[in-house]
Amino acid sequence: MEIWDLHGHLSGVPGRTPDERMAQLIAFADRLGIARICVYMGMTWSYDPAPDDFRKQNDEVLQALSHWADRAFGFVYVNPKHVEASLAELDRCVRDGPMVGVKLWVARRANAPEVDAIVRRATELKAVVFQHSWIKITGNLPGESTPMDVASLAARHPDAAIICGHTGGDWEQGVRAVRAQSHVAVDLGGGDPVAGITESAVRELGAERVIYGSDVGGRSFASQLAKVIGADVAEDAKRLILAGNLKRLLAPILEAKGLSG
Amino acid sequence: MNGPLIDVNVHLSRWPCRRAPDDETPRLVDRLRRHGVVEAWAGSLDGLLHKDIAAVNARLAEECRAQTAVRLVPFGTVNPMLPDWQEDLRRCAEAHRMPGIRLFPNYHGYDLEHPEFAKLIRLAAERRLIVTLALLMEDERMMHPLLRVAPVDPAPLADRVAQTPGLRLVLLNALRSLRGAPLIKLLGVGDISVEIATLEGVGGVGNLLADIDVGRALFGSHAPIFYFESALLKLKESSLNETELSAMRHENARRLLPIET
Repeated sequence: MEIWDLHGHLSGVPGRTPDERMAQLIAFADRLGIARICVYMGMTWSYDPAPDDFRKQNDEVLQALSHWADRAFGFVYVNPKHVEASLAELDRCVRDGPMVGVKLWVARRANAPEVDAIVRRATELKAVVFQHSWIKITGNLPGESTPMDVASLAARHPDAAIICGHTGGDWEQGVRAVRAQSHVAVDLGGGDPVAGITESAVRELGAERVIYGSDVGGRSFASQLAKVIGADVAEDAKRLILAGNLKRLLAPILEAKGLSG
Repeated sequence: MNGPLIDVNVHLSRWPCRRAPDDETPRLVDRLRRHGVVEAWAGSLDGLLHKDIAAVNARLAEECRAQTAVRLVPFGTVNPMLPDWQEDLRRCAEAHRMPGIRLFPNYHGYDLEHPEFAKLIRLAAERRLIVTLALLMEDERMMHPLLRVAPVDPAPLADRVAQTPGLRLVLLNALRSLRGAPLIKLLGVGDISVEIATLEGVGGVGNLLADIDVGRALFGSHAPIFYFESALLKLKESSLNETELSAMRHENARRLLPIET
């Protein structure tokens, strides 16, 4: 079964340079039969990056991608607190570069109006938007989105391809929060491999809205892939989750860029 | 081939806050069998919150005896905060002929400096019982708001183990927080092993074996709370040699618990 991984990082991977880390990621992916990996954010992360910082992180990803065009895709990391610089970075990395998506992390919650310009521009460029989300009983970071924030963003952008990162962390609430926004898909990656997450997401959202992602290198490919391999869902659903849905979401921008899927 | 598989970290019965797909024993056993597990060390999830621990352990012993496709080895719960817990320990050893016990200090409201804990592990060691101790059962960030349980602090363990001759201790769900130098130091004080259910990071098992002797690493899945396949795929993700795989899959567990002849 073909496997595309929605959610990978250079952080937490052995290696001194982006090239070394990307080669390591591919080697581990090969052991588990993962054909493609989406990569975003650089060697060292920051919650609230200034433009110089996110440009540097994106440069590292561009370098990592440079030898792996047949195996990896890049998402541009931006910060809604710096809208103009983020739009320029979108143009640099997506319109004029090889990247195919946008990563929004924890600088600003997804329900903030500053996010709108970024999502509008991403949609114009046919890029998918990956928004981290989590519901933490221990307390979210100040700019950390909940899946309810993602639903609010999605309601304002019915034409955008939006992915709710981590299925909201607390996935039992996360699938409920985004259920009514039919253009929102959920990313299975980044949480413990708690049995039932995939069955729940497929039941409530439909298999075509559920996407495998790992969140390597902080997580293992293994624990996250198990969420799909081990789930009691139909084989056709697994095919969609492991690759089919991501291929469908990326098809417009890959076609526009003349890239193969 | 790397021989049979022994899973040292499974539980029977139900998680208090959610149904798991394999929380009925025949389904769990069927999944274990399909993946080559010949033996699983089973605790009871009822042991987390039930106060009638004697009944919990009697049910566990009976449930394990009823399964034939996989050798389920019961590890009874002992809660040293309950009156006359010594009788639960005696029954585990004498009435149910269990080879070990399972401890949940954070669900039972004590830390590892508590004098009753020291007494319990001393008596267990005198009876040659293996002590399995769960540092956590789920991610603290997504707990039910009415069931928030902090992970067990392992810091006092080194002194406790050093003061308990003959103790054989297996730490369950320990590797999320216990890594690197503190783990290496702890394993140096006695017969302590860890299992891989909550081990994370790309290439996690390889990273672990770079730090610790392979003889201390056991296969554990935390099923049915986690997808069983997570632990299994971790063995595949890292590049392990035949010796390492055999040790982790069964030899180390068999050293701790030889088959009765």
